[in-house]
Amino acid sequence: MSLSEDQVRNVARLARLGLDDDQIADYAGELSNILDVVVSLEKADTTDVEPMAHPLDLAARLRADDAIEVSSRDEFQAIAPAVAEGVYLVPKVIE
Amino acid sequence: MSHTRSIRELASDLAAKKISAVELTEHFLKRIAAHDERLNTLISRNEESARERAAAIDAGDNAGAALAGLPIAHKDIFCTRGVRTSCGSRMLDNFVAPYDATVVERLAGAGTVTLGKTNMDEFAMGSSNETSFYGSVRNPWNTDYVPGGSSGGSAAAVAAGLVPAATGSDTGGSIRQPAALCGVTGIKPTYGRVSRYGMIAFASSLDQGGCFARSAEDCAAVLQAMSGFDARDSTSVEREVPDYSAVLDSQGDDFLEGLKVGLPKEYFAEGLDDASRKVIEAAIAEFEARGAEIVEITLPHTDLAVSTYYVLAPAEASSNLARFDGVRYGYRCENPVDLEDLYTRSRGEGFGREVQRRIMVGAYVLSAGYYDAYYLKAQKTRRLIARDFSDAFENVDLIAAPVTQAPAFKLGEKLDDPVSMYLNDVYTLPASLAGLPGMSVPAGFVDGLPVGLQLLAPWFEESRLLGAAHAYQQSTDWHTKRPAGFE
Repeated sequence: MSLSEDQVRNVARLARLGLDDDQIADYAGELSNILDVVVSLEKADTTDVEPMAHPLDLAARLRADDAIEVSSRDEFQAIAPAVAEGVYLVPKVIE
Repeated sequence: MSHTRSIRELASDLAAKKISAVELTEHFLKRIAAHDERLNTLISRNEESARERAAAIDAGDNAGAALAGLPIAHKDIFCTRGVRTSCGSRMLDNFVAPYDATVVERLAGAGTVTLGKTNMDEFAMGSSNETSFYGSVRNPWNTDYVPGGSSGGSAAAVAAGLVPAATGSDTGGSIRQPAALCGVTGIKPTYGRVSRYGMIAFASSLDQGGCFARSAEDCAAVLQAMSGFDARDSTSVEREVPDYSAVLDSQGDDFLEGLKVGLPKEYFAEGLDDASRKVIEAAIAEFEARGAEIVEITLPHTDLAVSTYYVLAPAEASSNLARFDGVRYGYRCENPVDLEDLYTRSRGEGFGREVQRRIMVGAYVLSAGYYDAYYLKAQKTRRLIARDFSDAFENVDLIAAPVTQAPAFKLGEKLDDPVSMYLNDVYTLPASLAGLPGMSVPAGFVDGLPVGLQLLAPWFEESRLLGAAHAYQQSTDWHTKRPAGFE
Protein backbone atom coordinates (compact mmCIF):
# COMPACT_ATOMS: atom_id res chain seq x y z
CA MET A 1 0.00 0.00 0.00
CA SER A 2 1.82 3.07 -1.13
CA LEU A 3 0.68 6.68 -1.10
CA SER A 4 1.97 9.03 -3.77
CA GLU A 5 3.11 12.53 -2.92
CA ASP A 6 0.02 13.88 -4.69
CA GLN A 7 -2.23 11.77 -2.50
CA VAL A 8 -0.45 13.06 0.60
CA ARG A 9 -0.79 16.62 -0.69
CA ASN A 10 -4.52 16.02 -1.10
CA VAL A 11 -4.90 14.57 2.41
CA ALA A 12 -2.90 17.49 3.87
CA ARG A 13 -5.24 19.88 2.04
CA LEU A 14 -8.31 18.08 3.42
CA ALA A 15 -6.84 18.30 6.93
CA ARG A 16 -5.74 21.95 6.44
CA LEU A 17 -2.13 21.17 7.22
CA GLY A 18 0.36 23.47 5.54
CA LEU A 19 3.35 21.30 4.62
CA ASP A 20 6.36 21.98 2.39
CA ASP A 21 7.57 19.60 -0.33
CA ASP A 22 10.22 17.96 1.86
CA GLN A 23 7.63 17.21 4.52
CA ILE A 24 5.23 15.82 1.90
CA ALA A 25 7.94 13.45 0.66
CA ASP A 26 8.74 12.25 4.21
CA TYR A 27 5.10 11.76 5.08
CA ALA A 28 4.44 9.82 1.86
CA GLY A 29 6.90 7.15 3.02
CA GLU A 30 5.71 7.11 6.63
CA LEU A 31 2.01 7.04 5.83
CA SER A 32 2.59 4.22 3.34
CA ASN A 33 4.29 2.18 6.04
CA ILE A 34 1.38 2.77 8.42
CA LEU A 35 -1.18 1.78 5.79
CA ASP A 36 0.84 -1.36 5.11
CA VAL A 37 0.08 -2.37 8.69
CA VAL A 38 -3.60 -1.48 8.77
CA VAL A 39 -4.32 -3.09 5.41
CA SER A 40 -4.22 -6.46 7.21
CA LEU A 41 -7.80 -5.73 8.31
CA GLU A 42 -8.90 -6.79 4.85
CA LYS A 43 -8.23 -10.41 5.75
CA ALA A 44 -10.57 -10.46 8.75
CA ASP A 45 -13.92 -12.10 8.18
CA THR A 46 -16.52 -9.59 9.35
CA THR A 47 -19.57 -11.09 7.68
CA ASP A 48 -22.67 -10.21 9.74
CA VAL A 49 -20.64 -8.25 12.29
CA GLU A 50 -22.25 -4.98 13.36
CA PRO A 51 -19.86 -2.01 13.43
CA MET A 52 -19.00 -0.96 17.00
CA ALA A 53 -19.01 2.80 17.45
CA HIS A 54 -19.01 2.90 21.23
CA PRO A 55 -17.32 0.49 23.65
CA LEU A 56 -20.40 0.04 25.80
CA ASP A 57 -22.91 0.11 22.93
CA LEU A 58 -24.78 2.85 24.74
CA ALA A 59 -26.82 5.50 23.04
CA ALA A 60 -25.83 9.07 23.79
CA ARG A 61 -27.74 10.41 26.75
CA LEU A 62 -30.05 13.30 25.96
CA ARG A 63 -30.93 16.17 28.24
CA ALA A 64 -33.63 18.79 28.34
CA ASP A 65 -33.04 21.58 25.86
CA ASP A 66 -32.25 24.19 28.49
CA ALA A 67 -29.40 26.65 28.46
CA ILE A 68 -26.91 25.39 31.06
CA GLU A 69 -23.78 27.31 30.11
CA VAL A 70 -23.29 30.81 31.38
CA SER A 71 -21.86 33.38 29.00
CA SER A 72 -18.12 33.64 29.53
CA ARG A 73 -17.28 35.61 26.42
CA ASP A 74 -14.82 37.95 28.06
CA GLU A 75 -12.98 35.08 29.67
CA PHE A 76 -12.87 33.05 26.46
CA GLN A 77 -11.79 36.00 24.37
CA ALA A 78 -9.01 36.86 26.79
CA ILE A 79 -7.10 33.83 25.43
CA ALA A 80 -7.93 34.39 21.74
CA PRO A 81 -5.20 35.36 19.26
CA ALA A 82 -7.08 38.44 17.96
CA VAL A 83 -10.37 40.00 19.06
CA ALA A 84 -12.08 43.38 18.84
CA GLU A 85 -15.36 44.55 20.29
CA GLY A 86 -16.38 41.05 21.29
CA VAL A 87 -15.70 39.32 17.97
CA TYR A 88 -12.84 37.08 16.82
CA LEU A 89 -10.68 38.63 14.11
CA VAL A 90 -9.51 36.73 11.03
CA PRO A 91 -8.08 37.93 7.71
CA LYS A 92 -10.64 39.57 5.45
CA VAL A 93 -12.80 36.95 3.72
CA ILE A 94 -15.04 39.20 1.55
CA GLU A 95 -13.49 41.53 -0.99
CA MET B 1 10.32 10.55 54.68
CA SER B 2 6.92 11.64 53.47
CA HIS B 3 7.50 10.55 49.89
CA THR B 4 7.92 6.90 50.87
CA ARG B 5 4.66 6.74 52.80
CA SER B 6 1.32 5.53 51.51
CA ILE B 7 -1.55 7.87 50.77
CA ARG B 8 -3.50 6.33 53.60
CA GLU B 9 -0.66 7.08 56.05
CA LEU B 10 -0.28 10.61 54.73
CA ALA B 11 -4.03 11.24 54.88
CA SER B 12 -4.22 9.99 58.43
CA ASP B 13 -1.21 12.08 59.52
CA LEU B 14 -2.74 15.13 57.86
CA ALA B 15 -6.09 14.53 59.51
CA ALA B 16 -4.40 14.09 62.89
CA LYS B 17 -2.32 17.26 62.25
CA LYS B 18 0.90 15.30 62.73
CA ILE B 19 2.01 16.99 59.55
CA SER B 20 0.54 20.10 57.95
CA ALA B 21 -0.50 20.39 54.33
CA VAL B 22 2.06 23.18 53.95
CA GLU B 23 4.89 20.97 55.26
CA LEU B 24 3.89 18.13 52.97
CA THR B 25 3.59 20.42 49.95
CA GLU B 26 7.00 21.97 50.72
CA HIS B 27 8.54 18.51 50.99
CA PHE B 28 7.37 17.51 47.52
CA LEU B 29 8.15 20.92 45.99
CA LYS B 30 11.70 20.48 47.27
CA ARG B 31 11.94 17.08 45.64
CA ILE B 32 10.65 18.51 42.38
CA ALA B 33 13.21 21.33 42.56
CA ALA B 34 15.99 18.84 43.26
CA HIS B 35 15.15 16.23 40.62
CA ASP B 36 12.96 17.52 37.88
CA GLU B 37 15.63 19.31 35.85
CA ARG B 38 16.93 15.85 35.11
CA LEU B 39 13.62 14.05 34.55
CA ASN B 40 11.49 16.77 32.91
CA THR B 41 8.27 15.27 34.28
CA LEU B 42 6.49 18.61 34.68
CA ILE B 43 5.51 21.08 31.97
CA SER B 44 4.21 23.62 34.49
CA ARG B 45 4.99 23.91 38.18
CA ASN B 46 2.45 25.66 40.39
CA GLU B 47 4.60 26.42 43.46
CA GLU B 48 2.81 29.59 44.51
CA SER B 49 -0.76 28.38 44.03
CA ALA B 50 0.18 25.09 45.70
CA ARG B 51 1.52 26.89 48.78
CA GLU B 52 -1.59 29.07 49.00
CA ARG B 53 -3.86 26.10 48.60
CA ALA B 54 -1.99 24.06 51.23
CA ALA B 55 -2.21 26.97 53.66
CA ALA B 56 -5.95 27.22 53.00
CA ILE B 57 -6.33 23.51 53.74
CA ASP B 58 -4.43 23.95 56.99
CA ALA B 59 -6.80 26.83 57.78
CA GLY B 60 -9.80 24.54 57.37
CA ASP B 61 -10.67 24.34 53.65
CA ASN B 62 -11.97 20.90 52.66
CA ALA B 63 -11.81 19.82 56.30
CA GLY B 64 -12.68 16.16 56.62
CA ALA B 65 -12.30 15.45 52.88
CA ALA B 66 -10.68 12.09 52.08
CA LEU B 67 -7.47 13.51 50.57
CA ALA B 68 -7.31 16.90 52.33
CA GLY B 69 -3.78 18.22 51.92
CA LEU B 70 -2.50 15.49 49.61
CA PRO B 71 -0.18 16.83 46.86
CA ILE B 72 -0.83 15.53 43.35
CA ALA B 73 -0.02 16.43 39.74
CA HIS B 74 -2.36 16.42 36.77
CA LYS B 75 -1.50 15.22 33.30
CA ASP B 76 -1.42 18.31 31.12
CA ILE B 77 -4.39 16.96 29.14
CA PHE B 78 -6.77 17.98 31.97
CA CYS B 79 -7.96 21.58 31.85
CA THR B 80 -7.00 23.54 34.97
CA ARG B 81 -8.59 26.93 35.39
CA GLY B 82 -6.09 29.76 35.27
CA VAL B 83 -3.16 27.42 34.57
CA ARG B 84 -1.60 26.66 31.19
CA THR B 85 -2.99 23.43 29.75
CA SER B 86 -0.72 22.57 26.83
CA CYS B 87 -1.51 18.92 26.04
CA GLY B 88 2.21 18.68 25.27
CA SER B 89 1.75 20.77 22.12
CA ARG B 90 3.02 24.02 20.69
CA MET B 91 -0.59 24.47 19.55
CA LEU B 92 -1.67 25.03 23.16
CA ASP B 93 1.56 26.47 24.56
CA ASN B 94 -0.28 29.74 25.27
CA PHE B 95 -3.60 28.17 26.33
CA VAL B 96 -4.66 29.04 29.87
CA ALA B 97 -7.76 26.96 30.50
CA PRO B 98 -10.86 28.99 31.39
CA TYR B 99 -12.39 26.11 33.35
CA ASP B 100 -11.52 22.98 35.35
CA ALA B 101 -11.96 19.43 34.06
CA THR B 102 -14.37 17.38 36.17
CA VAL B 103 -11.45 15.19 37.30
CA VAL B 104 -9.58 18.29 38.49
CA GLU B 105 -12.67 19.67 40.19
CA ARG B 106 -13.42 16.38 41.97
CA LEU B 107 -9.87 15.84 43.18
CA ALA B 108 -9.80 19.43 44.43
CA GLY B 109 -13.10 18.73 46.18
CA ALA B 110 -11.42 15.77 47.87
CA GLY B 111 -8.80 18.21 49.21
CA THR B 112 -5.80 17.61 46.94
CA VAL B 113 -3.13 20.23 46.31
CA THR B 114 -1.99 20.47 42.67
CA LEU B 115 1.79 20.83 42.38
CA GLY B 116 1.99 20.94 38.62
CA LYS B 117 0.99 19.66 35.19
CA THR B 118 2.81 16.61 33.91
CA ASN B 119 4.61 16.16 30.63
CA MET B 120 3.06 13.93 27.98
CA ASP B 121 3.26 12.94 24.34
CA GLU B 122 1.72 15.66 22.18
CA PHE B 123 -2.07 15.31 22.34
CA ALA B 124 -1.43 11.92 24.03
CA MET B 125 -0.15 10.46 20.75
CA GLY B 126 2.89 8.38 21.50
CA SER B 127 4.27 5.54 23.57
CA SER B 128 7.55 7.09 24.69
CA ASN B 129 6.82 10.68 25.73
CA GLU B 130 9.26 11.82 23.04
CA THR B 131 6.64 13.63 20.94
CA SER B 132 6.13 16.31 23.62
CA PHE B 133 6.79 19.91 22.52
CA TYR B 134 8.50 20.30 25.91
CA GLY B 135 11.07 17.56 25.36
CA SER B 136 11.32 13.94 26.44
CA VAL B 137 10.73 12.75 29.96
CA ARG B 138 13.49 10.52 31.31
CA ASN B 139 12.88 7.23 33.07
CA PRO B 140 14.04 7.52 36.72
CA TRP B 141 15.30 3.90 36.67
CA ASN B 142 17.76 4.80 33.92
CA THR B 143 17.72 8.27 32.46
CA ASP B 144 18.91 7.04 29.04
CA TYR B 145 15.58 5.27 28.68
CA VAL B 146 12.02 6.39 27.88
CA PRO B 147 9.37 6.45 30.61
CA GLY B 148 6.70 5.22 28.20
CA GLY B 149 3.76 7.26 27.09
CA SER B 150 1.65 9.05 26.65
CA SER B 151 1.30 9.74 30.40
CA GLY B 152 5.08 9.43 30.85
CA GLY B 153 5.46 12.53 33.03
CA SER B 154 2.87 11.30 35.53
CA ALA B 155 4.40 7.81 35.73
CA ALA B 156 7.98 9.08 36.09
CA ALA B 157 6.99 11.71 38.68
CA VAL B 158 5.35 9.07 40.88
CA ALA B 159 8.26 6.64 40.36
CA ALA B 160 10.78 9.28 41.45
CA GLY B 161 8.70 10.24 44.50
CA LEU B 162 8.04 13.79 43.24
CA VAL B 163 4.31 13.35 43.95
CA PRO B 164 2.39 10.61 45.78
CA ALA B 165 -0.08 10.28 42.90
CA ALA B 166 -0.84 11.74 39.48
CA THR B 167 -3.66 11.61 36.97
CA GLY B 168 -3.33 10.15 33.50
CA SER B 169 -5.39 9.22 30.49
CA ASP B 170 -5.48 6.06 28.41
CA THR B 171 -6.54 5.83 24.78
CA GLY B 172 -4.53 2.77 23.73
CA GLY B 173 -2.40 2.05 26.80
CA SER B 174 -1.22 5.46 27.92
CA ILE B 175 -1.61 4.63 31.63
CA ARG B 176 -0.70 0.94 31.75
CA GLN B 177 2.39 1.17 29.51
CA PRO B 178 4.21 4.05 31.30
CA ALA B 179 3.19 2.56 34.68
CA ALA B 180 4.89 -0.68 33.62
CA LEU B 181 8.00 1.02 32.26
CA CYS B 182 8.41 3.22 35.37
CA GLY B 183 7.55 0.55 37.96
CA VAL B 184 4.46 2.20 39.44
CA THR B 185 0.86 1.06 39.83
CA GLY B 186 -1.55 2.50 37.27
CA ILE B 187 -5.24 1.98 36.63
CA LYS B 188 -7.37 2.77 33.61
CA PRO B 189 -11.00 2.32 34.61
CA THR B 190 -13.87 1.22 32.38
CA TYR B 191 -14.74 3.64 29.60
CA GLY B 192 -17.42 5.93 31.04
CA ARG B 193 -16.39 5.53 34.69
CA VAL B 194 -14.39 8.77 34.89
CA SER B 195 -15.71 11.94 33.28
CA ARG B 196 -13.99 13.13 30.14
CA TYR B 197 -15.29 16.69 30.58
CA GLY B 198 -12.30 19.02 30.32
CA MET B 199 -9.94 16.21 29.26
CA ILE B 200 -8.67 17.32 25.85
CA ALA B 201 -10.07 14.85 23.31
CA PHE B 202 -7.85 12.57 21.22
CA ALA B 203 -10.12 9.63 20.26
CA SER B 204 -13.45 10.07 22.00
CA SER B 205 -14.66 6.46 21.83
CA LEU B 206 -11.44 5.32 23.56
CA ASP B 207 -10.21 8.12 25.86
CA GLN B 208 -10.53 7.41 29.56
CA GLY B 209 -8.99 9.09 32.61
CA GLY B 210 -7.25 7.17 35.38
CA CYS B 211 -4.36 7.49 37.79
CA PHE B 212 -0.89 6.45 38.95
CA ALA B 213 0.32 5.85 42.49
CA ARG B 214 2.75 3.65 44.42
CA SER B 215 0.29 0.84 45.18
CA ALA B 216 -3.17 -0.52 44.46
CA GLU B 217 -4.31 0.81 47.81
CA ASP B 218 -3.18 4.32 46.87
CA CYS B 219 -4.77 4.04 43.41
CA ALA B 220 -8.04 3.00 45.06
CA ALA B 221 -8.10 6.20 47.11
CA VAL B 222 -7.40 8.46 44.12
CA LEU B 223 -9.71 6.64 41.71
CA GLN B 224 -12.50 6.87 44.27
CA ALA B 225 -12.27 10.65 44.23
CA MET B 226 -12.18 10.83 40.40
CA SER B 227 -14.96 8.40 39.52
CA GLY B 228 -18.67 8.73 39.00
CA PHE B 229 -21.37 10.07 36.78
CA ASP B 230 -21.04 13.54 35.29
CA ALA B 231 -23.91 15.10 33.36
CA ARG B 232 -21.39 17.24 31.43
CA ASP B 233 -19.92 14.18 29.69
CA SER B 234 -22.57 12.51 27.56
CA THR B 235 -20.59 9.25 27.56
CA SER B 236 -20.31 9.17 31.34
CA VAL B 237 -22.12 6.18 32.82
CA GLU B 238 -24.78 6.49 35.53
CA ARG B 239 -23.75 3.71 37.78
CA GLU B 240 -22.85 3.57 41.44
CA VAL B 241 -19.15 3.58 42.31
CA PRO B 242 -18.25 0.95 44.93
CA ASP B 243 -16.15 1.90 47.95
CA TYR B 244 -12.83 0.61 46.60
CA SER B 245 -10.84 0.97 49.81
CA ALA B 246 -13.55 -0.90 51.73
CA VAL B 247 -13.28 -3.77 49.25
CA LEU B 248 -9.52 -3.95 49.84
CA ASP B 249 -9.97 -3.78 53.60
CA SER B 250 -12.67 -6.42 53.79
CA GLN B 251 -11.01 -9.01 51.56
CA GLY B 252 -7.37 -7.94 51.80
CA ASP B 253 -4.97 -10.86 51.64
CA ASP B 254 -7.59 -13.43 50.69
CA PHE B 255 -8.78 -11.73 47.56
CA LEU B 256 -7.08 -14.13 45.16
CA GLU B 257 -8.40 -17.24 46.90
CA GLY B 258 -10.60 -19.08 44.41
CA LEU B 259 -10.31 -16.38 41.73
CA LYS B 260 -10.12 -17.82 38.23
CA VAL B 261 -7.40 -16.06 36.25
CA GLY B 262 -7.03 -16.50 32.50
CA LEU B 263 -3.73 -16.20 30.65
CA PRO B 264 -4.40 -15.28 27.01
CA LYS B 265 -2.04 -17.42 24.95
CA GLU B 266 -1.77 -14.69 22.29
CA TYR B 267 -0.07 -12.41 24.86
CA PHE B 268 2.59 -15.02 25.60
CA ALA B 269 3.35 -15.93 22.00
CA GLU B 270 6.31 -14.88 19.85
CA GLY B 271 7.40 -11.31 20.46
CA LEU B 272 7.46 -11.42 24.25
CA ASP B 273 11.00 -10.98 25.47
CA ASP B 274 12.24 -14.02 27.42
CA ALA B 275 13.41 -12.18 30.52
CA SER B 276 10.09 -10.30 30.77
CA ARG B 277 8.24 -13.58 30.35
CA LYS B 278 10.06 -15.02 33.38
CA VAL B 279 9.05 -12.01 35.48
CA ILE B 280 5.39 -12.37 34.46
CA GLU B 281 5.45 -16.13 35.08
CA ALA B 282 6.82 -15.56 38.58
CA ALA B 283 4.03 -13.07 39.28
CA ILE B 284 1.44 -15.56 38.10
CA ALA B 285 3.00 -18.26 40.29
CA GLU B 286 2.49 -15.88 43.23
CA PHE B 287 -1.18 -15.51 42.26
CA GLU B 288 -1.44 -19.29 42.25
CA ALA B 289 0.29 -19.56 45.61
CA ARG B 290 -2.34 -17.18 46.98
CA GLY B 291 -5.14 -19.47 45.85
CA ALA B 292 -5.94 -18.28 42.33
CA GLU B 293 -6.82 -20.88 39.73
CA ILE B 294 -4.80 -20.28 36.56
CA VAL B 295 -6.15 -21.32 33.17
CA GLU B 296 -5.06 -20.68 29.61
CA ILE B 297 -7.56 -18.78 27.48
CA THR B 298 -7.65 -17.48 23.93
CA LEU B 299 -8.42 -14.01 22.60
CA PRO B 300 -8.31 -15.03 18.95
CA HIS B 301 -8.61 -11.57 17.36
CA THR B 302 -5.69 -10.02 19.25
CA ASP B 303 -3.66 -9.78 16.04
CA LEU B 304 -6.22 -7.33 14.62
CA ALA B 305 -5.86 -4.84 17.47
CA VAL B 306 -2.98 -2.75 16.12
CA SER B 307 -4.60 -2.31 12.70
CA THR B 308 -8.01 -1.62 14.19
CA TYR B 309 -6.67 0.94 16.61
CA TYR B 310 -4.50 2.73 14.06
CA VAL B 311 -7.55 3.27 11.85
CA LEU B 312 -10.08 4.26 14.52
CA ALA B 313 -7.90 6.42 16.78
CA PRO B 314 -6.44 8.56 13.96
CA ALA B 315 -9.91 8.89 12.36
CA GLU B 316 -11.37 10.21 15.59
CA ALA B 317 -8.29 12.37 16.16
CA SER B 318 -8.50 13.99 12.74
CA SER B 319 -12.05 15.01 13.58
CA ASN B 320 -11.36 16.11 17.19
CA LEU B 321 -8.27 18.10 16.26
CA ALA B 322 -10.11 20.02 13.55
CA ARG B 323 -11.06 22.48 16.30
CA PHE B 324 -7.51 23.81 16.46
CA ASP B 325 -7.86 26.41 13.75
CA GLY B 326 -5.91 29.39 15.06
CA VAL B 327 -9.07 31.48 15.43
CA ARG B 328 -10.42 31.24 18.96
CA TYR B 329 -7.50 30.03 21.08
CA GLY B 330 -4.12 28.40 20.79
CA TYR B 331 -1.36 28.97 18.27
CA ARG B 332 -1.81 31.36 15.33
CA CYS B 333 0.77 31.78 12.57
CA GLU B 334 2.32 35.20 11.89
CA ASN B 335 0.69 37.47 9.30
CA PRO B 336 -1.81 35.18 7.61
CA VAL B 337 -2.76 36.46 4.15
CA ASP B 338 -6.20 34.86 4.08
CA LEU B 339 -8.33 32.46 6.09
CA GLU B 340 -7.02 29.36 4.32
CA ASP B 341 -3.46 30.47 5.02
CA LEU B 342 -4.38 31.11 8.66
CA TYR B 343 -5.71 27.56 9.07
CA THR B 344 -3.04 25.70 7.18
CA ARG B 345 0.00 27.51 8.54
CA SER B 346 -1.30 27.56 12.13
CA ARG B 347 -1.86 23.80 11.95
CA GLY B 348 1.31 23.14 9.94
CA GLU B 349 3.44 25.05 12.49
CA GLY B 350 1.44 24.33 15.67
CA PHE B 351 1.23 20.54 15.45
CA GLY B 352 4.26 18.25 15.72
CA ARG B 353 5.13 15.45 13.40
CA GLU B 354 3.39 12.51 15.08
CA VAL B 355 0.17 14.47 15.45
CA GLN B 356 0.27 15.51 11.79
CA ARG B 357 0.90 11.92 10.79
CA ARG B 358 -2.14 10.71 12.68
CA ILE B 359 -4.38 13.52 11.45
CA MET B 360 -3.45 12.58 7.88
CA VAL B 361 -3.98 8.85 8.42
CA GLY B 362 -7.37 9.74 9.89
CA ALA B 363 -8.31 12.09 7.07
CA TYR B 364 -7.26 9.44 4.57
CA VAL B 365 -9.24 6.54 6.08
CA LEU B 366 -12.32 8.74 6.35
CA SER B 367 -12.05 10.17 2.84
CA ALA B 368 -14.47 9.32 0.04
CA GLY B 369 -13.87 5.86 -1.41
CA TYR B 370 -11.90 4.57 1.59
CA TYR B 371 -14.41 4.91 4.44
CA ASP B 372 -15.91 1.42 4.06
CA ALA B 373 -12.61 -0.35 3.49
CA TYR B 374 -10.90 1.16 6.53
CA TYR B 375 -13.14 2.93 9.01
CA LEU B 376 -16.24 0.76 8.81
CA LYS B 377 -14.13 -2.37 8.61
CA ALA B 378 -12.19 -1.37 11.71
CA GLN B 379 -15.42 -0.73 13.61
CA LYS B 380 -16.37 -4.32 12.80
CA THR B 381 -13.03 -5.80 13.83
CA ARG B 382 -13.32 -3.74 17.01
CA ARG B 383 -16.46 -5.69 17.84
CA LEU B 384 -14.65 -8.99 17.22
CA ILE B 385 -11.95 -7.93 19.67
CA ALA B 386 -14.50 -6.85 22.29
CA ARG B 387 -16.40 -10.11 21.84
CA ASP B 388 -13.21 -12.09 22.53
CA PHE B 389 -13.21 -10.52 25.99
CA SER B 390 -16.91 -11.02 26.74
CA ASP B 391 -16.51 -14.68 25.74
CA ALA B 392 -13.41 -15.05 27.91
CA PHE B 393 -15.06 -13.46 30.94
CA GLU B 394 -17.79 -16.07 30.85
CA ASN B 395 -15.16 -18.49 32.12
CA VAL B 396 -12.64 -16.42 34.07
CA ASP B 397 -12.82 -13.63 36.66
CA LEU B 398 -9.67 -11.85 35.65
CA ILE B 399 -7.10 -11.83 32.85
CA ALA B 400 -3.37 -11.58 33.56
CA ALA B 401 -0.74 -10.81 30.92
CA PRO B 402 2.35 -8.72 30.23
CA VAL B 403 1.82 -4.98 29.57
CA THR B 404 4.64 -4.70 27.04
CA GLN B 405 6.81 -7.08 25.06
CA ALA B 406 9.98 -5.75 26.68
CA PRO B 407 11.07 -3.22 29.32
CA ALA B 408 11.74 0.44 28.45
CA PHE B 409 13.73 1.18 25.31
CA LYS B 410 16.38 3.87 24.86
CA LEU B 411 15.48 7.47 24.12
CA GLY B 412 15.56 8.02 20.36
CA GLU B 413 15.60 4.30 19.54
CA LYS B 414 12.17 4.15 17.89
CA LEU B 415 11.46 7.80 17.26
CA ASP B 416 12.05 7.63 13.51
CA ASP B 417 10.13 4.44 13.08
CA PRO B 418 6.46 5.08 13.86
CA VAL B 419 5.37 1.60 12.87
CA SER B 420 7.71 -0.10 15.34
CA MET B 421 6.44 2.32 18.01
CA TYR B 422 2.84 1.36 17.18
CA LEU B 423 3.52 -2.38 17.29
CA ASN B 424 4.82 -1.80 20.79
CA ASP B 425 1.23 -1.27 21.99
CA VAL B 426 0.01 -4.72 21.03
CA TYR B 427 -0.85 -5.90 24.57
CA THR B 428 -2.60 -2.74 25.71
CA LEU B 429 -4.71 -1.83 22.66
CA PRO B 430 -7.27 -4.68 22.81
CA ALA B 431 -8.62 -3.74 26.27
CA SER B 432 -8.80 -0.08 25.25
CA LEU B 433 -10.78 -0.97 22.13
CA ALA B 434 -13.15 -3.04 24.28
CA GLY B 435 -13.45 -0.25 26.89
CA LEU B 436 -12.36 -2.59 29.69
CA PRO B 437 -10.71 -1.60 32.97
CA GLY B 438 -7.03 -2.49 33.19
CA MET B 439 -4.08 -2.11 35.50
CA SER B 440 -0.34 -2.36 35.49
CA VAL B 441 1.24 -3.67 38.66
CA PRO B 442 5.03 -3.71 39.29
CA ALA B 443 6.17 -7.34 39.02
CA GLY B 444 9.96 -7.28 38.86
CA PHE B 445 12.96 -6.08 36.88
CA VAL B 446 15.02 -6.95 33.83
CA ASP B 447 18.51 -5.41 33.80
CA GLY B 448 17.43 -2.80 36.32
CA LEU B 449 14.33 -1.76 34.37
CA PRO B 450 10.81 -2.42 35.72
CA VAL B 451 8.36 -4.92 34.26
CA GLY B 452 4.60 -4.58 34.73
CA LEU B 453 1.95 -7.25 35.10
CA GLN B 454 -1.26 -6.36 33.30
CA LEU B 455 -4.59 -7.24 34.91
CA LEU B 456 -7.89 -6.90 33.03
CA ALA B 457 -11.36 -7.32 34.51
CA PRO B 458 -14.89 -7.26 33.10
CA TRP B 459 -16.58 -3.91 32.49
CA PHE B 460 -17.00 -1.86 35.73
CA GLU B 461 -15.09 -4.39 37.87
CA GLU B 462 -12.35 -1.96 38.92
CA SER B 463 -12.65 -3.25 42.48
CA ARG B 464 -11.69 -6.73 41.30
CA LEU B 465 -8.54 -5.33 39.68
CA LEU B 466 -7.63 -3.31 42.74
CA GLY B 467 -8.40 -6.23 45.06
CA ALA B 468 -6.22 -8.65 43.12
CA ALA B 469 -3.35 -6.17 42.82
CA HIS B 470 -3.59 -5.30 46.51
CA ALA B 471 -3.47 -8.97 47.54
CA TYR B 472 -0.42 -9.48 45.30
CA GLN B 473 1.24 -6.43 46.84
CA GLN B 474 0.74 -7.86 50.34
CA SER B 475 3.26 -10.62 49.66
CA THR B 476 5.57 -8.94 47.15
CA ASP B 477 7.62 -5.78 47.48
CA TRP B 478 8.23 -4.80 43.86
CA HIS B 479 5.97 -1.77 44.26
CA THR B 480 8.10 -0.48 47.14
CA LYS B 481 11.39 -0.42 45.18
CA ARG B 482 12.84 3.01 44.45
CA PRO B 483 15.17 4.07 41.67
CA ALA B 484 18.73 4.88 42.77
CA GLY B 485 19.25 8.59 43.26
CA PHE B 486 15.59 9.23 44.12
CA GLU B 487 15.39 7.44 47.49
